[in-house]
Parts: sequence; structure tokens; C-alpha cells
Amino acid sequence: MKKYRNWGFFIFLLPVLLWLFLLIVLPHIDLLIMSFRFEDDYGELTWGMANYKEFFGEPIYWLTFVRTAIYSLVVTFLTFVIGLPVAFFITKVVSVKYKGALTLLVLLPFWVSELVRVYGWMILLRESGVVNHLLLKTGLLAKPVEMLYNDAAMIMGLVYTTMLFMIVPLISVLDSLEDELIEAAFDLGGNARSVLFRIIIPYATPGIVSGSIVVFMLTLGNYLTPNLIGGKNSLWFTEQIYNQFIASFNWNQGSAFGFLLLILSSLIIWLGLKVSKQNLAKVVQ
Amino acid sequence: MIRSLPQSKTYSRGFRLYILLYFVFLFAPLLITCILAFNDSQFPSLPWKGFTLEWFTSDRPDRVGIFHDQSNLDSIWVSIQTAFFVSIISLVVGTCAAFLFEQENFKFKQLLYFLMLAPLVIPGVILGISILMFANSLGTLFEMQMDLDVPLLRPGFWLVVLGQFSFICTFVTLVVSARLKKFDHTLEEAALNLGANRFEVIWHITLKFLRPAILGSAAVAFLMSFENFNTTLFLVGSETTLPINLYLQLRDGSTPVINSISFLLIVSTSLLALTNLYFSSKQQED
Repeated sequence: MKKYRNWGFFIFLLPVLLWLFLLIVLPHIDLLIMSFRFEDDYGELTWGMANYKEFFGEPIYWLTFVRTAIYSLVVTFLTFVIGLPVAFFITKVVSVKYKGALTLLVLLPFWVSELVRVYGWMILLRESGVVNHLLLKTGLLAKPVEMLYNDAAMIMGLVYTTMLFMIVPLISVLDSLEDELIEAAFDLGGNARSVLFRIIIPYATPGIVSGSIVVFMLTLGNYLTPNLIGGKNSLWFTEQIYNQFIASFNWNQGSAFGFLLLILSSLIIWLGLKVSKQNLAKVVQ
Repeated sequence: MIRSLPQSKTYSRGFRLYILLYFVFLFAPLLITCILAFNDSQFPSLPWKGFTLEWFTSDRPDRVGIFHDQSNLDSIWVSIQTAFFVSIISLVVGTCAAFLFEQENFKFKQLLYFLMLAPLVIPGVILGISILMFANSLGTLFEMQMDLDVPLLRPGFWLVVLGQFSFICTFVTLVVSARLKKFDHTLEEAALNLGANRFEVIWHITLKFLRPAILGSAAVAFLMSFENFNTTLFLVGSETTLPINLYLQLRDGSTPVINSISFLLIVSTSLLALTNLYFSSKQQED
């Protein structure tokens, strides 16, 4: 009996160890090591901080970095502000009959590839696009306007792509909020405002935190949406990483950038968990 | 404010309007993409020039429909193969991980569990570059030390499979673990008392119980792999997957053939999503 148990344990353990060490741990250690290597004046690889110095010395790099971080926070906040009423409507306002169907409709677009969704926005918004065509037809616009390739379009695109990851945790947390709590608050003289800020939002905090973490992480690491909707002006940090790896073929510099992005995302996620007193294992459930 | 309380007319109308606008926002890009796949025009834009199926079926030099577009058909086939292998490997390793974390106790279990969750918070781009570099370092090592050329370690099909597997496996682990938590251990004990060994128990009893979760996570794994862009971008070789191939075409301007591919993708993923939801709701009723 004992013997079988041990065998089973190692059969389960081995593939998991191989997965986590060969594909997660060692590659990231390699990333860290590579980021501290650089070519000196004689073209020899040596150890040092040159890649990080380059990052802080060149404003275009760290400004892009800061910009990406701030815009990711803005996107996270917008998905929350747009998503909360939708989740609230589905769980609390609409009659129970339609709840399942509406949830399904909210989820459906996100099964479709991100590329297809971004492409949809491109044919809607570009200069020869559908929105321009309709505005010209109705006479609201005299000549076509390029609506792609600006920050507003890019942020909208990012909100669109990550919306689901905010709405799903919000729906599941609001589902468990008892209607009686809200009724009691009104009986005790609360109004819509105080109910929202003192009942609904505090109650939904676990959902808000897990949604925010996923949205922030996905936005920060997004390449497709800034690149296609934001165009050349998008200045997204993942594009700097891509350029170092694929265009300049400077892997050491690219690793330093990658590691900085990893630190930023871990730091913000850690802060989010600390402030809301949650832990990662609970949040992903 | 909620359905059990009286609501003012403005409140409920305003709220409905907001939800309506939200759904327009959600579906407009997808609908327009589908509609323009059937427009008889050289460009994916209005005005409407009449209904045509040519962007699916045509084989003329100026208008190649998707069914004759070899480069896109090839990349669809590459994506299907990639997704197939990613799902299989993720299912095997993810199920092992679920058993490991739910049924075994060992030193460093917490640390290993934390590592298993890590791919959820590592941006896909970083996962891509670190796996690319590690494969490259290993490749150089093998070549220098043993004079061995390992094609597996160069960007290409199998590296894409490994890269996607590295984070999709976490999702499979979480889904299968959630189901395994609900497993009634007395069933296992009964089977063991009746003379079965541990593997017979797992094979005949536990895996049977896990089947809905395994099938559901297989569908999700397949889709996640099929659609993955960020990680694949750095690991892809000469055999491009569909998202990468579409991206390359989009950068150089677009033709309605992209709409027809999108239409097929939207229809097939919706069907897959609906089937998956149908079975998971049935599973909850059980």
C-alpha cells in the first residue's frame, strides 16, 4: 500500500517539476542573468549594469515605461467604472429570467480571438472606415477624419479587449450579495450614493481586486492592441521589448526591459493585494 | 435600485439605455466584420455593393477567397496542430498537478503551488522572451559541449507548443483541482478495500469523476492556444500560426479575406463556447 503511494507521488511530481523548472523558473533566471551582460568597447560580453543605465539614461525608454504603467492603470479604472453597472444590472436589476442569457451575451465576444476584435475596431474607425462613412452620409461630417492611431482610440481598444476579466469576477461577487443588505440600507435611510459606496463597493472588493489584477497585467503586457490601434504613436513598452529582440537583435538590452516590466507588474499586483488584504491563491479561485 | 425595490422611471430607463449602449459597444466590431465579409468590394469598407460569397469561394487572381488562400489555410492547419498538442500536454500535466496539490502532502508544497500560479501574473511577452532565450542558451550549450544540434530549441513549432503550454497548463490545473476538491474520498476507499490498487482507483473512479472538468478545460486550452499571440510572437519560426499570419497581413493593409476568416472564427468559436457552456451547466445540475 505504502509503496504504491510513493510511486504515485513521484509520477505526479515529475511532470509538474519539469514544467515549472524548465519553462518558468530557469528561463526567468536566464532572463535576469542576460540583463546583466553587455558588450563592452571591445565587443566582449561582460557583467554590469549597462543595460539598466541605458534605460534610465534614455528618456524615450523610461518615459514609455511610465506612460505604459499610467495608461494601464487608467484602463483598469475605466473597465471597473464601465463594468460595475453592467455586472450590477445583470445580477440585481434585470428579472431573473434574462440573467443567464445576458451573462452569456456578455461573455460571448471574448471567446473570439483578440486579433479579430481589434480588426473589427480598425474597420470601424479608420479613415475609410464604417463610422466615417456613416457620418459623411448623414452629413455630420464634411470630410473623413482618421480616428485610429491616437491615445483615445488605443485606450478604448484596451478597455474593450480586457473588459471580460473585470466583469466576470464582478458578476460572481455581486451574485452572492444578499438583496436584503441593500433593502436594509434603504430602510435605514440610505440613498443610492451611500448604498453604492458603503455597501456594494466594499462588498465587491475581492472581485474588484482580482479583476483589476488581471486587467492590469493583460494591459501592461498587451502588444497587439497598442500596435494596431495606437499605430506608430502608441509608445507601448512591449513594443520597445519587441524592437530590442527582433529589430535590433540586442537580447541583453531586451532582457533588461523585460525584467523591468516583470518587476513593475509584480510590484503593482503585490501592492493591490496588500492594500486590499487579499492573497494570490484566493484571488485566482 | 434592485428588482425587489420600487424604482423611478428615469432610473430604470437610464439603466436600460446604458446596458443597450454597452451591448452595442460589445458587438458592433464583430457584427460589422461579419457583414463586410459578404460585401462585393475589394476593400473591407462601406458602401455596400451587393452580397457575394466570393471572399470565401473565389479563385481569381484579383480575388482569392479563403478556401483557396494557401498561406492562410496553412496557418490555420498549423494553429490546429499547435492547439491539439498544447491541449493534450496541458491536460496530462495539469491533471498530474491537480492530483499533486489536492491529494499529496510534501515539503515545499506552498512554494510549488505559488510557482504554479506564477504564469497567471507574468505577461505573455515576458514568458515568450524568457523561453526563447533559455532555449537559445541551452542550444548553444549543447552545441559547444556535445557538438549536438537540437532543432527543438530553435524558434519553431515545438517551441511555440512549449511556450503556450507553460501558462495554459495553469488554467487546466485550476479547473481540474476545483472539481477534484468535490470528490468524495469514500469512493476511493471503498475501491481500495475491494482490492483495487491506486492506479486502478484513479483510472476507473477518480478520472471518470473528473471527466467533465477535463473535457471543459480541454476546450478552453484549445481556444487559448489557437488565439494566442503574445507568447507565440517570439517563439514562432517559419510555420506561422493563424493570429501571427493575420497580424502580418493586417500591418500591410487588409482585404475582405480577413473578414471571411474572422467570420468563420466567430461562428466556430461561438459554437464551441455554447457547447462548452451547455455541458458545464448540465454538469452543475448533476
